Amino acid sequence: MDDRIDNKRRRLLTNVAVAAWALGGTIAAFPFIRSMTPSARARAAGAPVAIDISRLEPGQMIKEEWRGKPVWVIRRTDAMLQKLAGLGEALADPDSERSEQPAYAKNAHRSREPEVLVLIGVCTHLGCSPTTNFAIGPASGLGDDWPGGFFCPCHGSKFDLAGRVYRNLPAPTNLVVPPYKFLNETVILVGEDDGGTA
Amino acid sequence: MKRLIAFLFLVTSAPWCMGASENALVDSVYINLSDNASLQRGARLFVNYCLSCHSAAYMRYRRMAKDLDISEELLKENLMFAGDKPGDLMKTTMPAGYAKDWFGVVPPDLTLIARVREPDWIYTYLRSFYLDEGSPSGWNNSLFKNVAMPHVLYGLQGNQRLISKSGEDDGKPVFRLEKPGTLTPQEYDDVIRDLTNFLVYLGEPVKLDRYLIGVFVMMFLGGLLVLSYLLKKEFWKVLH
Amino acid sequence: MIRVLNWLDERFPVRSLWNEHLAEYYAPKNFNFWYYFGSLAILVFVNQVVTGVFLTMHYKPSSEHAFASVEYIMRDVPWGWLIRYLHAVGASAFFVVIYLHMFRALLYGSHRSPRELVWILGCIIYVLLMAESFMGYLLPWGNLSYWGAQVIISLFTAIPWAGEALAEWLRGDFVVSDATLNRFFAFHVALIPLILTGLVVIHILALHVVGSNNPDGIEIKKHKNENGIPKDGIPFHPFYTVKDLFGAVVFLILFLGVVFFMPELFGLFLERANFEPANLLQTPSDIVPLWYFTPFYSILRAVTYPLFGVDAKLWGVICMGLSIGLFFVLPWLDRSPVKSIRYRGWMYKTALTLFVLSFLILGYLGLKHPQDTDLVLFSNLAWAQVFSFVYFGFFVLMPWYTKWDKTKPEPDRVTFK
Repeated sequence: MDDRIDNKRRRLLTNVAVAAWALGGTIAAFPFIRSMTPSARARAAGAPVAIDISRLEPGQMIKEEWRGKPVWVIRRTDAMLQKLAGLGEALADPDSERSEQPAYAKNAHRSREPEVLVLIGVCTHLGCSPTTNFAIGPASGLGDDWPGGFFCPCHGSKFDLAGRVYRNLPAPTNLVVPPYKFLNETVILVGEDDGGTA
Repeated sequence: MKRLIAFLFLVTSAPWCMGASENALVDSVYINLSDNASLQRGARLFVNYCLSCHSAAYMRYRRMAKDLDISEELLKENLMFAGDKPGDLMKTTMPAGYAKDWFGVVPPDLTLIARVREPDWIYTYLRSFYLDEGSPSGWNNSLFKNVAMPHVLYGLQGNQRLISKSGEDDGKPVFRLEKPGTLTPQEYDDVIRDLTNFLVYLGEPVKLDRYLIGVFVMMFLGGLLVLSYLLKKEFWKVLH
Repeated sequence: MIRVLNWLDERFPVRSLWNEHLAEYYAPKNFNFWYYFGSLAILVFVNQVVTGVFLTMHYKPSSEHAFASVEYIMRDVPWGWLIRYLHAVGASAFFVVIYLHMFRALLYGSHRSPRELVWILGCIIYVLLMAESFMGYLLPWGNLSYWGAQVIISLFTAIPWAGEALAEWLRGDFVVSDATLNRFFAFHVALIPLILTGLVVIHILALHVVGSNNPDGIEIKKHKNENGIPKDGIPFHPFYTVKDLFGAVVFLILFLGVVFFMPELFGLFLERANFEPANLLQTPSDIVPLWYFTPFYSILRAVTYPLFGVDAKLWGVICMGLSIGLFFVLPWLDRSPVKSIRYRGWMYKTALTLFVLSFLILGYLGLKHPQDTDLVLFSNLAWAQVFSFVYFGFFVLMPWYTKWDKTKPEPDRVTFK
């Protein structure tokens, strides 16, 4: 077109300009992407929840909400705890090797203190909230050898009283134990442990 | 190019002429959002005096503490009502119905007050309360006639009387301090300055960040401007 | 890359579209400063759409939650403040750019044959943009939002017989309320942007049929080379893409300068009264429309006499409607043999100067109380009446002064140094 075209300079300038605009565009995209992350309100709503268990009787359960999910606290009886040991064969992950729980809950009873079980009441299959069925044997409607536990109405997964899932059912892992700690003997703080806030 | 610059100058300078609507009857206050000590003092005053009746219901305690370098312990001890969590909004403890019964109006939310009123106005208003037996609350205000709000800070400022509505040459009202408060007039002015400073912060907590980010954006655009100009020159030099 | 392009091109005319509208669209080479604002309008439009979408993710269109949700965006949403300021300042920037874009047409006769349709499409875009910004302005549910909507919708009550019913139908209530807010939200985020997008595309397509005008107001298609390419034309890409990119950076410096350093622009872009939630019992003491509406608002208020048995209120609305509507017929009012201001005589130059002056002064007066005296000698109302006549004079007298005006001969080829 013209002998004065300096192709080298042109290409260099074009490349630098394209790179600069691309950099600017990337920086400009950042606030928009960040704006979709949880807001200060969502974070405040997801703050740790204190649960008072002073009036929780043995064999009973209370439900609370943490980050919009149901949190279960169950005070297990000695009879309930004794049944846990014998279930090993029937369970998919009896030692909670593949399941999610803090280190202090990776034990036979999946809790800090043996009686008090804290669980997130959401099925690890597709997110339904299982129902409780603490009745034993035929009364439960879940078989003569049912030792009491949880049953997910969506796809039939069953869990024992430590939240451990039974074999050959859709849910792949045990119910999740959230981080928690005892503020004192009767108050549990869910969502925070000594490792920090979840 | 020269015409371009002249035009841009015209466009950017025009609004300056329009914005000059300063009220001559208010005292000016020095606002400094990077003065954290002043903002902290203002925050304490705000929580202790204002928040009993007014809300700051768009603001969260934790945000305030973080921006003003207040530790979470100090926040919980001194600046929050019992039962509030750091992530909570700064709501008043007073139910709206009570306020309406007592004052005839619901005290307005103060989160954005410094964006509704000018800081100078707030600074003057809080220093212009005087005793007035004729008003329901026993107080009146020379800047905001017959305001429903009583003088909450009289313990600090003391009781003053209005001597003249526009006594001095500048047309500003004159007060006489009848019974001194716990602070000297100078100290009281300083305290109100802190409070006004805090209210300006409260109106837009992100303001300082905004300026800072703006400077970096301008520097980047400055570079991009040079680059774009060179690119345009390079392509256009073949035309004649 | 080439293979992907070929695959695509066999199924969609990528290359021919690119060529037709960019690489082989020949624009006059003598574009000046005033020709930046078309591409800048697209830039602002994109800004409004993108920021608008992200605001919609957090905003709540209900009278109970709208105001709080805006402050939620300003405080709780990460970077929400920036997105909101970009959108709010962008609205004003849109009108700055559009007004300068329209002024360009008046300077160089871009509205005249054969570009009348381009101009009319532009006018429709402008009117829709006013509707878009007016409805968007209600959404923060501030006190000025609320009363502004109340006043503007009440304009419809001036229409005889059907006015009151029409206003109620628009509001969906007897006053501006939750129902109004919800429908304005629907129009603002869905319907009008959709129509605007289509119109902008048609506006550009129509322009590319007839080709761009230029500061000399002459047709470059008169002189073509052996390949049928206008001798004074240059391909839009790369020449005007690199030029417009430069213009975009200058614009961004100004625009982001306002966004980061003075987003309220002294109460012109974000008013103090709108930081208070809507108060159905208390009209703000300084109720004014947004600055880009004030010239028309001034004309509305300037009409204070009943005439021919029609009351002043209705005349005001009619005059305001005309002040915008007359733009549509501008191509047929202008009878000058030349298009560009460069070759016009003193009459058009004077008329255009007076018109711009009256537009600016009316705009200024619209921000002030009519009974005050902010200019010299007379009240704001009296001045608004004077300049309303000047404003309308520009249009009404145009057929005569453009015909009588002594023009200079147009050059054969464009001026390019």
